[in-house]
Amino acid sequence: MAGGYKYFEAIEKHAGLLGILTAIMVSIGGLAEITPMFMEAHKVQPADGVKPYDPLRLAGRDIYVREGCYLCHSQMIRALRFETQRYGHYSVASESVYDRPFQWGSKRTGPDLARIGGKYSDDWQRLHLQDPRKVAPDSNMPGYPWLEKTPLDASDIQARMRVLRMLGDPYSDADIASAPEALKDKNELDALVAYLQGLGIKNEPASMTAASPASDGGTP
Amino acid sequence: MPNTETYNDHVVRLFLLASAVWGIIGMLVGMYAAAELAWPALNFDIPWLTFSRIRPDHTFGVIFAFGGSALMGTCYYVVQRTGHTRLALNKLANFTFWGWQLACVLAMATMPFGITQSKEYAEPEWFVDLLVAVVWVAFGAVFFATLARRRIRHIYVANWYYGAFIIAVGLLHIVNNIAIPVSLFKSYQVYSGTVDAMVQWWYGHNAVAFFLTAGFLGMMYYFVPRQAQQPLWSYRFSIVNFWALISVYMWAGSHHLMYTALPDWVQSVGMAFSLILLMPSWGSAANGLLTFNGSWHRLKDDPAAKFMVLALVFYAAATFEGSMMAIKTVNSLSHYTDWTIAHVHSGSLGWVAMITIGSLYAMAPRALGQPAMYSRRGMEVHFWLHLSGTLLYVLAMWWAGVTEGMMWRATQPDGSLTYSFLDSLIAIKPLYALRWFGGVLIWLGMWVMAWNLWYTAADARAHLIKPIPVPIPEPDSDQTPAPLPAQG
Repeated sequence: MAGGYKYFEAIEKHAGLLGILTAIMVSIGGLAEITPMFMEAHKVQPADGVKPYDPLRLAGRDIYVREGCYLCHSQMIRALRFETQRYGHYSVASESVYDRPFQWGSKRTGPDLARIGGKYSDDWQRLHLQDPRKVAPDSNMPGYPWLEKTPLDASDIQARMRVLRMLGDPYSDADIASAPEALKDKNELDALVAYLQGLGIKNEPASMTAASPASDGGTP
Repeated sequence: MPNTETYNDHVVRLFLLASAVWGIIGMLVGMYAAAELAWPALNFDIPWLTFSRIRPDHTFGVIFAFGGSALMGTCYYVVQRTGHTRLALNKLANFTFWGWQLACVLAMATMPFGITQSKEYAEPEWFVDLLVAVVWVAFGAVFFATLARRRIRHIYVANWYYGAFIIAVGLLHIVNNIAIPVSLFKSYQVYSGTVDAMVQWWYGHNAVAFFLTAGFLGMMYYFVPRQAQQPLWSYRFSIVNFWALISVYMWAGSHHLMYTALPDWVQSVGMAFSLILLMPSWGSAANGLLTFNGSWHRLKDDPAAKFMVLALVFYAAATFEGSMMAIKTVNSLSHYTDWTIAHVHSGSLGWVAMITIGSLYAMAPRALGQPAMYSRRGMEVHFWLHLSGTLLYVLAMWWAGVTEGMMWRATQPDGSLTYSFLDSLIAIKPLYALRWFGGVLIWLGMWVMAWNLWYTAADARAHLIKPIPVPIPEPDSDQTPAPLPAQG
């Protein structure tokens, strides 16, 4: 066998060496792709109009997470012409800086929601969430009738905002102090509708030209 | 000195039982979720039964509970046989079993109640994540301590894959789940937006790479030569594929985020590495298939070998498909559609489930002190149920996915969109029903396997079987690589 084999033989016969080399090889790819993004992360400033979620919308967002909406709805309009035609300007990084975790999704059993805010009335949203087939007979979305019957739990909204502030979201003391007041007498449906109606509102990039996507994706 | 050392097959049997049970539970949830998409009335307006609440239970149940139990059980079996040694740290090994089952039960019991981080395949909240991390470190300790006391100096390649699986999954799990708890049931991720997306799909993609590929390749590299009853086609080729696979896979995660707000260069790097990835993937599949050269006749009378060969064919097909879907142009059509679901299931039902079932059928009689499985006909029935269910499922979802992709991008001569979103849903609804039926067949097959295992385990349940003694080999100071896995 060739002379070089003895070096490789060392790996094949020493579990520790094999383990260490494996750990190095699996780390390179992640380090190469994630480290630059960490370094750049502070450069991504929130887009105009992107503010930390106000208490009601934050509560609504947590309900969106709890119910698992991300499993059927994306919040990421791709830079493709047929996407921007259907959903509006493609999504940009500066729009999701306050999303912990991100809600881009991976599957559209229902349509994208990145710019759903303001497209339908509050009443339509409420009715649709209670019983989707009342407004869209062919929909296969589940109903979420329990949301309206559940009063919003304001007990830990301040704790939530404090943790988010610790992670870097710029909430002021006054924001946090007034949070329970904002949730008073609201139910979970109010919060979720407030969150949905805020999605994509006022933060489409200035070059709001749906006709100039980055790419048309070509023909597959 | 008389040889009194025996293999620890007790913990292997526990994992075997657990994987049979979790397989049935995880696939039951999947079947119900599939039915809800076809017939939404089945949500019954019950929160914990609603599709969006139970879908993580399906993915966690089949990947981590079913797949995880099978991986840990076979890993313990293989590392003992290939090292001619008893498992090290027996108490810790028992802890990994009970700890893993507790983590699975906790995750499965909390997610339908909305206790979730909403990161795909990493939904369980922080307290489950901590338990998983502890169990995983213990699993690694048992595995590497067993390697350390092996009597065969050369480390057989199956252990390389199991080792990489343990190291990489530990790393991925910890980095992706870093969060600050607000309360017992709620936490916020330290990452946000684009960085979180990159971390999540680095995790998500490599959970596929190291949980659903490297781990199961470890299984394949032991049980395929065992079942073909001849050495691997090329031992050296398996080593080359090992280094290529583990280093290239980690770069490919960004192909889940094509045309999104992720920086363009990361998308392109992900695409390039996804294409390179085809080589080690096909290399491993070819090595497994060619190992059957000269013993193809076994397919006629050994259903376990049939499962393994089909698993390798699906592995080759799914990795080819995966590399193609990572091409940006193809991805612009396939992303967000049911094509992704088809791809995932041709990988998970075709490759992962079939290599697992084949390996369980190969391992179970030996671990249960029997010459063979209780019913060969049962294995045959399971094979045909599983194969037809998988094909039905995957074909239905391919058809649905391509339909959605084409309808979403269709435009009229004047440039306006041809179809509303709802049009595409109406077009694929019958396919959702067909997919559900495929799932039913697969689920029935799992019951046949459970029944078969139950009767194969009759002696073990009656405590009639004796532990198998470890064959202590003659000391050999200068072994050249001996690719044949140990008998036993």
